[in-house]
Amino acid sequence: MSINYSDKIPNNVNLSEDKTLQRALEHWQPEFLNWWADMGPEGSQSFDVYLRTAISVDRAGWTQFGHVKMPDYRWGIFLHPSDPDCKINFGEHRGEAAWREVPGEHRANLRRIIVTQGDTEPASVEQQRHLGLTAPSLYDLRNLFQVNVEEGRHLWAMVYLLHRYFGRDGREEAEALLGRRSGDADNPRILGAFNERTPDWLSFFMFTYFTDRDGKFQLFALAESGFEPLARTTKFMLTEESHHMFVGESGVGRIIQRTCQVMNELNTEDAQKLRAAGVIDLETLQRYLNFHFSVTVDLFGADQSSNAATFYSAGLKGRYEEMRQDDDHVLKGDDYPILCVEGGQIAEKRVSALSSLNERLRDDYIIDTVRGVGRWNRIIEKAGLAFRLTVPHKAFNRKIGTFAGVAVSLDGKILTQGEWNARERSWLPTAEDRAFVASLMGKVATPGHFANWISPPAVGINRQPVDFAYVRFN
Amino acid sequence: MASNLQPAGLDVSATGGADTVSFQTHPSQYRHWRLSVEGPTATLLMDTREDGGIRPGYKLKLNSYDLGVDIELHDALQRIRFEHPTVRTVIVTSAKERIFCSGANIFMLGLSSHAWKVNFCKFTNETRNGMEDSSRHSGLKFIAACNGTTAGGGYELALACDEIILVDDRSSAVSLPEVPLLGVLPGTGGLTRLTDKRKVRRDLADIFCTTTEGVRGARAKEWRLVDEVVKPLQFKSYVQARALALAVQSNRPDAAQGIALRPLACRADAAGYHYGFVDVAIEPDSRRATLTVRAPESDQPTDIEGIIAAGDGWWPLQMARELDDAILMLRANHLDLGIWVLKTAGDPARVLAVDEVLQNASGHWLIRETLGMLRRTLARLDVSSRTLISLIEPGSCFAGTLLELALAADRIYMADYAEQAPSITLSALNYGAYPRVDGQSRLFGRFYGEAASMEAVAASTGTALTPKQALEFGLITAALDDIDWRDEIRLVLEERASLSPDALTGMEANLRFGGAETMETRVFGRLSAWQNWIFIRPNAVGTEGALKTFGTGNKAKFNWERV
Repeated sequence: MSINYSDKIPNNVNLSEDKTLQRALEHWQPEFLNWWADMGPEGSQSFDVYLRTAISVDRAGWTQFGHVKMPDYRWGIFLHPSDPDCKINFGEHRGEAAWREVPGEHRANLRRIIVTQGDTEPASVEQQRHLGLTAPSLYDLRNLFQVNVEEGRHLWAMVYLLHRYFGRDGREEAEALLGRRSGDADNPRILGAFNERTPDWLSFFMFTYFTDRDGKFQLFALAESGFEPLARTTKFMLTEESHHMFVGESGVGRIIQRTCQVMNELNTEDAQKLRAAGVIDLETLQRYLNFHFSVTVDLFGADQSSNAATFYSAGLKGRYEEMRQDDDHVLKGDDYPILCVEGGQIAEKRVSALSSLNERLRDDYIIDTVRGVGRWNRIIEKAGLAFRLTVPHKAFNRKIGTFAGVAVSLDGKILTQGEWNARERSWLPTAEDRAFVASLMGKVATPGHFANWISPPAVGINRQPVDFAYVRFN
Repeated sequence: MASNLQPAGLDVSATGGADTVSFQTHPSQYRHWRLSVEGPTATLLMDTREDGGIRPGYKLKLNSYDLGVDIELHDALQRIRFEHPTVRTVIVTSAKERIFCSGANIFMLGLSSHAWKVNFCKFTNETRNGMEDSSRHSGLKFIAACNGTTAGGGYELALACDEIILVDDRSSAVSLPEVPLLGVLPGTGGLTRLTDKRKVRRDLADIFCTTTEGVRGARAKEWRLVDEVVKPLQFKSYVQARALALAVQSNRPDAAQGIALRPLACRADAAGYHYGFVDVAIEPDSRRATLTVRAPESDQPTDIEGIIAAGDGWWPLQMARELDDAILMLRANHLDLGIWVLKTAGDPARVLAVDEVLQNASGHWLIRETLGMLRRTLARLDVSSRTLISLIEPGSCFAGTLLELALAADRIYMADYAEQAPSITLSALNYGAYPRVDGQSRLFGRFYGEAASMEAVAASTGTALTPKQALEFGLITAALDDIDWRDEIRLVLEERASLSPDALTGMEANLRFGGAETMETRVFGRLSAWQNWIFIRPNAVGTEGALKTFGTGNKAKFNWERV
């Protein structure tokens, strides 16, 4: 079977002349399409969706819009343009020329980094595959599908690296990326958070705001890599990732806006009255926020990690905005503050900067997260309401690291198990909360119409009107 | 700063110091394991407490272990042997999610002195050999239920089991990452069991041992690294089914009441360790310890009921437990006592009477377990890195089982006094009941199995041999009269104490095991010797060596010369 590569697979990696890649993709591409048919958005195969497709890496090239059936989507392979003088910017190889092939000694670690990142991409498509059935508008449905196809492309991007640079092992790992299934106890995705269901649209927006933002920070750290193909690939992925953040932030923002509107119309803060009016009360939003934030900060890993130290020193994975840090980029003697439990309280201690790189990335993530929550609060403020959303303490509800298994309140106090049990229902979504949110979910498929619990966006996609037929069901 | 964190304690010469390692524990005191018994199955659940290290300076993350964790494992195995005789299969598994065991704690190894590492490895090796010993001799079968990542020493623990079952969750792998990650060997039997036990083809073993991430799923089975890979949802039921299937092969009793292993009564003071039947006298100035094992002072029960009633106070069992503990205490806490003088005392008839019971009732589970305990304890002596000198003096009791102490020694001196000359007596148990790690009896090893010597000695079984007869048979090194004895022995001990301890350790280990190799001799010889060499090389333990830099983010700097 031969594939017309340049037509089917837009790329800037000279695919039509690369026999290694062609051989790998001949087998993998049909497997990917089978996976998409099995695990991609449910019942969506015949829809025409107004999607953005990347056909090159310049601005005009990655903002090509048009209606397309998702199985025909042209998943492409794009790397940020190469810099011939690219150097390794941190770690023990700092100042040396960046690697254009995988150094043998780092093969296992690089492969592990790429596989772990790659595994999250199809995982989130699987987690979200039922959401299309309950989309609050065609606009949102289109955004969901855009996120899905781009996660698919990010999978392609990681598979490209595996195929091109890791030989037979890489081909096996690429195949395994299509073999695992989110939430399948026998065959789960690698990271715990990617085996949780995304049961409703509030969860979806929260996930794209919080959890995709973890992806953003991981990609930023990988974009610094001394392995140039990885750096170039992830740099380009970041341009797409920002759309996912936008979907999450604007989605939650529009829910807040709608809730505030009803609060003012009914002149009430009573959650029950608001629920009766079919909107999501701000307290429930806060509980969802608490959950998604705490689950996501776990994704950064243990606060002290020898792997993180090794990855950095080896030049494989840098820090967020590595080149903007004013230090020696080697960090040998440096320290960094992390939290610990001391005498029944949370205290700070300084430990080796190298071993606490996970914590540092987590802290950078939190700063970024807090900013967006501030923008949500401005919507509430503008509506003239006193309620404010807050971001939980970093140690709240943790399952990984020093605070795993330690009961910590939203504001960072150590609790007894009894105290935690008494408060948990007011801090994390309850079964009733989830049932209520689920009860609001229902498909709105008329252009320009929106579910009652969410406001329309201010503007449409690619300057199209809000009532544009973003999805045609045929 | 770092020196404060060194697991010290190995150089204390007085007993009972705060840093003294103790090998006694009890399930109620376990911090890292949980032992439960249900029907014919015991489950050993590993759940290491991060802050429960036996020494400060490291955290036992991810079910990694140190000496303290392994002391509990050793204790648990003893409990299963003696307190739970109807257990036929032991499931070794983990309470932690997605991690079975990640092996010896690397930070502990990085902080440890050379001697600590070597002693730690020896003890862990003995514990794993002990599992195989129980499988071979006592019908106790082991299943490693690898419910998650099984790395390094974790996989070596699994290798010591009869069957390895790995969860197939698409990410859990078995691995031996010591070479690529730490610049050392999988030294707890890993390399040896891959080849000798599991017959993994050498090129596949080569790939496996240089791959940090290990091998998972179908390939792990294909390469013979595991016996079965099972999906998570079926994992528990499959393990249970295999446990019951293995139990059928076991010949442990269907119904029997175990005996309690009570804490050993041991008084430790500056003069040494004082147990009921075993006494250890410490002489720091002459760098030696004298171990004296005493025969029972009263007649021992001869029927099973009486033996069960005596329980852990039955002489051969109590003596073996005490001797085992004494060996471990000396090895861990008294590095500088390079010579162990082995003595016995008491009435040989009583020991021979016990031997007869051991011989005739060896089908009973308690007798079999007691023989096993003696066998493993004596085997510990053989692989101890100490000079062993046996002194057979008037009043001594080198008969049958206790004669093994002399036969284990590097040299045996017997007093040939005109009056009250001691004797030695062989019993049936000297011909194979207590094989060394090379599978041979000490007698067979002594004579390289040569028929003439063996037959001559065999004819004398049960007879008290005079010093002259013993010398004639080649059972002793020298028979010294009362004029020579004192000076000769003094000179032997003083001279020995002046020699290089390293050279002696190497020399003794070579001379003790002549002839055939077994998997265990290869573990203690080829594997441990190379490992211990690597453990002192700068590539592993220099300030920029792989063990020291692991986890710091610094890369090891190697001297690239192949030696």
